[in-house]
Amino acid sequence: MREYILTLTEPGQLLSGVSFGLASLLVMVASCAAVLGVIALNGMFLVWWERKVSAHMQARLGPMTTGYWHGWLQSIADGIKLLLKETIVPLLVDKPLFMLAPVVIFGSAFMAFVPIPWGEHLIVADLNIGVLYITAITSLSVIGVVMAGWASNNKWSLYGGMRSAAQIVSYEIPVGLAMVPALMASGTLSMQGIVESQAGGFWHWNLFAGGPFTLIAFVVFFIASLAEVNRAPFDLPEAESELVSGFHTEYSGMCFAFFFLAEYSEMFVVSAIASVLYLGGWQCPLGLSLIPGPLLFLAKILFLVFIQLWFRWTFPRLRVDQLMHLAWKVLTPIGFVNVFGAALWLVLI
Amino acid sequence: MSGASAEKRGYVLNMGPQHPSTHGVLRMEVHTDGEIVTRAIPDIGYLHRCKEKIGESETYFKFTPYTDRLDYLASMNQNHGYCVAVERLAGIEVPERAEYIRVIVAELNRIASHLVSFGTYGLDLGAFTPFLYAFREREKILDIFEQMCGARLTYAYIYIGGVMRDITPKQLGMIQEFVDYIEPKLDEYDRLLSYNQIFIKRTANVGVLSPELAIKYGVTGPVLRASGVDWDLRRDDPYSIYDRFDWKPVVGRGDVGSVGDSWDRYMVRLREIRESVKIIRQAIAQVPIGPYQAKVPPRLKPKYNEVYCRTESARGELGFYLVADGDVHPWRCKVRAPSFSNLSVIGELAPGLMIADLVAVLGSIDVVMGDVDR
Repeated sequence: MREYILTLTEPGQLLSGVSFGLASLLVMVASCAAVLGVIALNGMFLVWWERKVSAHMQARLGPMTTGYWHGWLQSIADGIKLLLKETIVPLLVDKPLFMLAPVVIFGSAFMAFVPIPWGEHLIVADLNIGVLYITAITSLSVIGVVMAGWASNNKWSLYGGMRSAAQIVSYEIPVGLAMVPALMASGTLSMQGIVESQAGGFWHWNLFAGGPFTLIAFVVFFIASLAEVNRAPFDLPEAESELVSGFHTEYSGMCFAFFFLAEYSEMFVVSAIASVLYLGGWQCPLGLSLIPGPLLFLAKILFLVFIQLWFRWTFPRLRVDQLMHLAWKVLTPIGFVNVFGAALWLVLI
Repeated sequence: MSGASAEKRGYVLNMGPQHPSTHGVLRMEVHTDGEIVTRAIPDIGYLHRCKEKIGESETYFKFTPYTDRLDYLASMNQNHGYCVAVERLAGIEVPERAEYIRVIVAELNRIASHLVSFGTYGLDLGAFTPFLYAFREREKILDIFEQMCGARLTYAYIYIGGVMRDITPKQLGMIQEFVDYIEPKLDEYDRLLSYNQIFIKRTANVGVLSPELAIKYGVTGPVLRASGVDWDLRRDDPYSIYDRFDWKPVVGRGDVGSVGDSWDRYMVRLREIRESVKIIRQAIAQVPIGPYQAKVPPRLKPKYNEVYCRTESARGELGFYLVADGDVHPWRCKVRAPSFSNLSVIGELAPGLMIADLVAVLGSIDVVMGDVDR
């Protein structure tokens, strides 16, 4: 990062003549703006896409009128509506916590974008502990969920918050374990390094690096990450048929929109991590370099997001004890065995 | 003592009347210990509309549209039950053709009602898609009814002494087309929801209702049959012309769990749709030519008489108890609503369930609050 900023301030470059401090500030602001832009665009696109996908799965059409072509402006209309709506703060809520909770959740979703490599040089910050950073940051959102559940002064919200805390803490472990085989295959924790180690066609992907073990690890990662971002069939914290709307029952207007945006960007982030770890990130599946890396990366992410949507509109929801059973008695043991299996495979074969 | 301390540690949740899965305006006071329900007390009356009193102050004819609004998901069955009761009270003979039309529309409405039950049950368990599939199919039934009587929800189609309008060959064709269409769809539902592993996990062995308990609480209809009791009024106390058709009441078998669990209650309804289709097929083939209304004086004044007439509505035993005193309106009109008795059993089933299970059990009992509160 430092070298990159220094090259920018050299004569003839974009920021020539600017002092190093100011240049780093400008670069940071630009990165933040870029990430915010990605989150907002992604949120708007995914909301529209989810509505269309679910509609077609359910023999409906979904939004059709706004923007004339398949309702493509629907998300923007919804966004404006949410911005203009009053943020209702109920009387007996714990107001500071109530207002802080959406910020915490959104913040964790925002920060998770930092070490995601979009292309060979297109990355906000290539941390050498990128994977660890992401696991740490994404689990911060649980604090926001518990805050929202507690501060709302609503029993249903509290149930949602408690469920979410239990769920996210439990699913951290299988997620972490399922990451390990990919890290072993790549030999680095840097997200960019992991992608680079998978160059040269899909047979070099980490998905196939450890025989059956990395395949299983990918599946475990995908299932557990669904639970971590509270998506169906693990959407218990906001199970609308049981808990009304779970932890965000009492939120309205832009505060609600923050939860919504955070949910969609988390979906995006976990898909991005899965494709970095196992599907070669921005590398071309055939080892060619005709298509730009970011587009390939986006295609892989959207494919995984589509599977998430597909799950949501197909499966019923698990019960809270079955969810815990799945985490502790099924996915965690599989994850452990997998780590050993993958290690043996990588050493011996 | 331990019970008292558990009560003290517990939490009282107010579930409803504004809650997505209480199917209307049911309120339940749910005592919980964490996620476990220790007690659930249903609180009803939010949809009370004095239906029985209205029945006593309106003429016999004018009460028919009100019966639509009892169990608004199976209006035809409600009309049918009421009209059969009045006809028995006044000794009215219904023409053959009208009887056939009545059976056809009542069975169609039973299918529509069971489809709603199927769809909303998926919704209760977090599966959104079955709901829209079920409503797509129900739409076709509503279209047929709209053709027949102009209304889509509250029909008042079955009238005392017959039906409101005759059925046309075109409408019979539409019905035939629908029954051909629905049967393969049922297999699709089985693949989509019934045998989904998560669905089975959520419903098998949840809220097991023993036959003894069911009978003790006066539970009827699909809920009773799911508990393994072979009891269907269409066969066991035949009214109308149900004794002419070849069909079998559906009884719960406990395919994936034990007999009388939520899955069985759900499955009995799906399998009942197939039986209704059988009845409709036979009825369409046999509809005779003839009048569709009997001559009934508009100011019907039955002599002193009382009658309790029970019919099998989509939710169970729908009873009308009518006492006539020679006037234009009944002296007493009492409705025995199936949903009311079926709902009362929830207090027995709830302890020990989780909150999510409570929703699953309530959905599988399939109450209509209009029917409960009247």
